[in-house]
Amino acid sequence: MGYMCWSSEIAYSGGMARFAADVPTRGGFSFDLCQRNEMLLKKGNQLPTFRKTGTTIVGLVFEDGVILGADTRATEGPIVADKNCEKIHYMAPNIYCCGAGTAADTEAVTDMVSSQLQLHRYATGRESRVVTALTLLKSHLFSYQGHVSAALVLGGVDITGPHLHTVYPHGSTDTLPFATMGSGSLAAMAIFESKFREGLTRDEGIKLVSEAICSGIFNDLGSGSNVDVCVITRGQTEYLRNHQLPNPRTYVSSRGYNFLKGHTGKTGEPYIPPNPRR
Amino acid sequence: MDIDLSAPHSMGTTIIGVTYNGGVVLGADSRTSTGMYVANRASDKITQLTDNVYICRSGSAADSQVISDYVRYFLHQHTIQLGQPATVKVAANLVRLLSYQNKNMLQMGVIVGGWDKYEGGQIYSVPLGGTILKQPFAIGGSGSAYLYGFFDQAWKEGMSKDEAEKLVVKAVSLAIARDGASGGVVRTVTINADGVTKNFYTGDSLPLWHEELEPHNSLLDILLASGSPEPMST
Repeated sequence: MGYMCWSSEIAYSGGMARFAADVPTRGGFSFDLCQRNEMLLKKGNQLPTFRKTGTTIVGLVFEDGVILGADTRATEGPIVADKNCEKIHYMAPNIYCCGAGTAADTEAVTDMVSSQLQLHRYATGRESRVVTALTLLKSHLFSYQGHVSAALVLGGVDITGPHLHTVYPHGSTDTLPFATMGSGSLAAMAIFESKFREGLTRDEGIKLVSEAICSGIFNDLGSGSNVDVCVITRGQTEYLRNHQLPNPRTYVSSRGYNFLKGHTGKTGEPYIPPNPRR
Repeated sequence: MDIDLSAPHSMGTTIIGVTYNGGVVLGADSRTSTGMYVANRASDKITQLTDNVYICRSGSAADSQVISDYVRYFLHQHTIQLGQPATVKVAANLVRLLSYQNKNMLQMGVIVGGWDKYEGGQIYSVPLGGTILKQPFAIGGSGSAYLYGFFDQAWKEGMSKDEAEKLVVKAVSLAIARDGASGGVVRTVTINADGVTKNFYTGDSLPLWHEELEPHNSLLDILLASGSPEPMST
């Protein structure tokens, strides 16, 4: 999996920033600085790591619809950048999407398709279908040939029934009754393969999804913190943010810490409280 | 043993298309791998292009899915303009044109098979590079390497529908036995004047080949059935 050029945060906005040299706007990524980057790497400069969601994301189809699950750890190389991020993204009132891979890519692609779906709803006057979201995602990802590093678990319930799909960075998709993605996918899939069966009830489904995410949290270094769950049924979606918190912060002292006044040095400036709004 | 989960999805695969007296039988395994991990153990590699033409896909999952979608779209328009079902030859040539003209960017080998009223059952092979080749039978994918000799010996002209289907299932199961990138279940699609029939053979219903072990129930099922408490329950 390649990395983007250092200049491409500017380029990625869709309309490319014009550099000193003539660069015709072709859209997509600009690879002009890749040679320079390679030369810099050889010299010993480190490429800045970008935030990835190490991740365990799962989805399963149960008797009334679809349940999605995700962990909440976002990593920047070996560092945990966000201990409680949201990986289950909104696509439509009846469609949600879990994202693994580069956090910026999953956010951007799900936001983009979500707004495309809303415009489509206005144009057609109907509820969005999961296959519409699927086709929009896969055509976008395919056209970027895997450089948009977004691996997604897309689930929802529409007029044709419950649907669960996985979408890979190169644009291929699979349709499955249960699916896992991300670095913790093997740990989660082990749980699903041993315990999944068709026609689970809502509580059984939530329990199984939580177990699979916990398996990723505890056995995969790229996943951790809390369990988010999203239950989608015909007519109703429940987003259970932090459904389980199996990693509470424990203080060294069971009595907790006592932060007394005077322990923190003051600069001498008086503290002016903000104006309360009337 | 580092599994590269960001490797592009490829279908290692065994795909087969065979003509018989009255139509065609298409067969495939169901394994999609990402590097050394099986991403989908029950994929459907035989995709519909029209009511009477199906395509077996191998190679890059993304490339073959996108090309199939384009060809289905073009064939739909073509059917409306023509006023009757598209012929298998037209479908195969559309696949070939897209495959050849984008040969630098695509990595897929497919087998197009179907039935039309003019030529009956036909199989067209469109491998890497975009050649088109009409054949009485075709094999493709990584598992096909193990089947060339088998088909040289077992293929005969003018088989019946059941003989053809049995041949396809036997061939795919032989390839699954020897090719690591093929596995899962065997799916077949039979297309003839009467329509389309889809079949599905689970792994444990397939014959066992040289030194293959009997399938047995998961230890987990055995333990749970005997009433003992769930192992490692929280």
